[in-house]
Amino acid sequence: MFRFPKTVLASALLVLSGFSAAQGIASYPGVGRDATPKEVAAWDIDVRPDFKGLPPGSGSVAKGQDIWEGKCAQCHGFFGESGEVFSPLIGGVTQDDIKTGHVANLRATTFPGRTTFMKVATLSTVWDFINRAMPWNAPKSLSTDDVYAVTAFMLNLSGIVPDNFTLSDKNIRDVQSLMPNRNGMTTEHNLWPGKEFNGVAKPDTQNVACMKDCAPEPKVASFLPDFARNAHGNLAEQNRLVGAQHGADTTRPERKLGSPVEPNAMMKPVAPKADAAGGDAKQPTALLQKYICLSCHAIDRKIVGPSYSDVSKKYPGQVDYLIKKIQSGGSGIWGPIPMPPQKLTEAEARTIATWLASGANK
Amino acid sequence: MQDEFGSGRVQKAPESFLNREGIKTVFAEAKKGRRDFIRNAFAAAAAGVAVPVALAQGNPVPSDGGDPNILQLPEHSTGLGQGVASDSGYGKPSKYESNVQRRQSPGLTQTTQASVSFAPLQSLFGIVTPSGLHFERHHQGWWDIDPSKHRLMINGMVKASKVFTLDEIMRLPSVSRFHFIECGANTAVDWGNVAVPTVQYTHGMISCSEFTGVPLITLLELAGADLKNGKFVLAEGADGSSMTRTIPMSLILSGEVFVAYGQNGEMLRPEQGYPLRLIVPGVQGVSWVKYLRRIKVGDMPFATKDEAVHYIDLQPGGQHRQYTSIQECKSVVTTPSGGQVLLDKGFYNITGLAWSGRGKVKKVDVSVDGGRNWRTARIESPTLPKALTRFNLDWVWDGKPAIIQSRAMDETGFVQPSYKQLRAVRGTRSIYHNNAIQSWLVQESGEVKNVQVS
Repeated sequence: MFRFPKTVLASALLVLSGFSAAQGIASYPGVGRDATPKEVAAWDIDVRPDFKGLPPGSGSVAKGQDIWEGKCAQCHGFFGESGEVFSPLIGGVTQDDIKTGHVANLRATTFPGRTTFMKVATLSTVWDFINRAMPWNAPKSLSTDDVYAVTAFMLNLSGIVPDNFTLSDKNIRDVQSLMPNRNGMTTEHNLWPGKEFNGVAKPDTQNVACMKDCAPEPKVASFLPDFARNAHGNLAEQNRLVGAQHGADTTRPERKLGSPVEPNAMMKPVAPKADAAGGDAKQPTALLQKYICLSCHAIDRKIVGPSYSDVSKKYPGQVDYLIKKIQSGGSGIWGPIPMPPQKLTEAEARTIATWLASGANK
Repeated sequence: MQDEFGSGRVQKAPESFLNREGIKTVFAEAKKGRRDFIRNAFAAAAAGVAVPVALAQGNPVPSDGGDPNILQLPEHSTGLGQGVASDSGYGKPSKYESNVQRRQSPGLTQTTQASVSFAPLQSLFGIVTPSGLHFERHHQGWWDIDPSKHRLMINGMVKASKVFTLDEIMRLPSVSRFHFIECGANTAVDWGNVAVPTVQYTHGMISCSEFTGVPLITLLELAGADLKNGKFVLAEGADGSSMTRTIPMSLILSGEVFVAYGQNGEMLRPEQGYPLRLIVPGVQGVSWVKYLRRIKVGDMPFATKDEAVHYIDLQPGGQHRQYTSIQECKSVVTTPSGGQVLLDKGFYNITGLAWSGRGKVKKVDVSVDGGRNWRTARIESPTLPKALTRFNLDWVWDGKPAIIQSRAMDETGFVQPSYKQLRAVRGTRSIYHNNAIQSWLVQESGEVKNVQVS
């Protein structure tokens, strides 16, 4: 009889836990455990606008420049000005903006593009992002002091801190008060669900569902010019082969309405491209994908680095030279932006070099 | 639309219902002034008697008495087909469907790892996007992560920081819900003027799936989150970019936000964040953090890169709107759409997609005259909150230029704006959150063009 109440108790607990689940205060025994302080420290890397989360450390503009030239310039340019791979980071900011805290060029519709430092209001954002995601092909590889240094160099390029400046957790709040677009953000809009910001209750457009005689005769105000008709590839190959509409064969002049469908022209299924992660690793093009070469080089056009066809024309048959260049990197031959040394095996470098030396065919 | 023929308005689209010889005869007779002959001919055509309707299919009645595709039995009718599981155990689309692909927009990005591929909306039916055609947006490349090694951590303003394995998350009570995900920059390239030819490139950064997972509020409560003072939540990914975004607490408290592992009946695709991604219904895709590794509760917004440098909306006065999140009510006609060809005059089904980040779609109107007059489209069930909704409208094309538009209204009464209305308040440099009414010009040639109207 002693055991009976225990059973009752167990049943009661089950009922209770079911009850609490319904109340939204459930505990789910056996699911999840407490994180250790070491685990939290390993992942809890975010830095907020009030710099909560910022680890202590420091880095100078000069040190930042050294790191920049080795690890950042190949994508962002020596002065953070390059828009060849990503949007430019530096530029468009004036000393007057540092005073007002709102970048004047953002009002000028004529100013080409918007750089990161024209837009960003919070210095924490810059530090946090470099720390978590840069360099692009080796994120989280910079030390805390390196991140301070790179941030300091960018601040210097933007004219916010002097050449001899050292950024640290001690002075970063002072630098925040110089950010050129620190007053450039607003949350007065209707696109945040919730009342945490000073949002507005009403959407900013108020169309009405008019049904009849709603507008004057429409005029076409913007369309793609004829020369751009095929700019996105043959649209016939981007539509299903059957259906109410077929894709327009943009390699030819527009067809006449009602003219017979030409199955041979319309019905050429295009083989999907091999995806980025797949492909035969022994193929040079697969290696170019694997080692992210294609973010700086394209087959037939210059991006940051020269096109492969240009390299191929310059060094026909010179396999050994090309292996060395791939492995050790360099700058000056094709332009000032350096190519960093590439970590691939001798055999892989040879595969790419042989392909380059023999014409770099797709 | 059959009524139109019954009511004598047959002249609207005659040619499609006659074969070539028939048309010749009709017009030869017309020249002789025999209008009654024409009327009779068209009436016969409309009734479907003795004339092929399928001219637009390039399929006239052959002179030798029948279609060889019918008369000569094909191999698949006379031979033995393939066996089960002969496709490595995972079925693929027909080889004839290989044009239906997600695609990059040429010149949009310089790398494939920080890039976008667009879903082929012009070729999709219903509201569900096949997982392999779901649009992609990666900031630093995608990964195929071993789920047994993936962890989710909850920390910040909680009683105890918690760690969950995927086994554990999948033990918890789950929900399955259909939701659209739209990139905040969908239709961005057309803010100022027409820039791309097809609906794939104008609107293809939207997809809709049934997602399965665990409400985030369950996990926050397990960690004892301070929901009174913790007004903001950070979501962080495990990939190289460790994508972070501030997530609206109101959608977490309502139970709408969930951590998903399932998509359309199977696990998430690697490109979609396998094995775990955040679902934030109605909010732009960048907040649906992939490879979700950490949730942090805090008392202020986090101003992450993708809410302080990108995904901020420049307004005419030079201010950027920050923390813009909701994808407002929007729609687009997916066929006929840019880059397609109407093979001939006659009947067409105008079809498209509508959605709203504020709830259900209530009504979709379609215009074929550039917005002067509108007809209400049929909405196909299901109509689900913050999910794609399919609409259809019958249309007989008379061969004259037509400008097709759709205009959606959501359950809050909000009506999708015109470009004019949108630009009046936001200018043309906002990049994000372009939900303007889309126009497709059907030209006399039958070729459809992306246009904007004044």
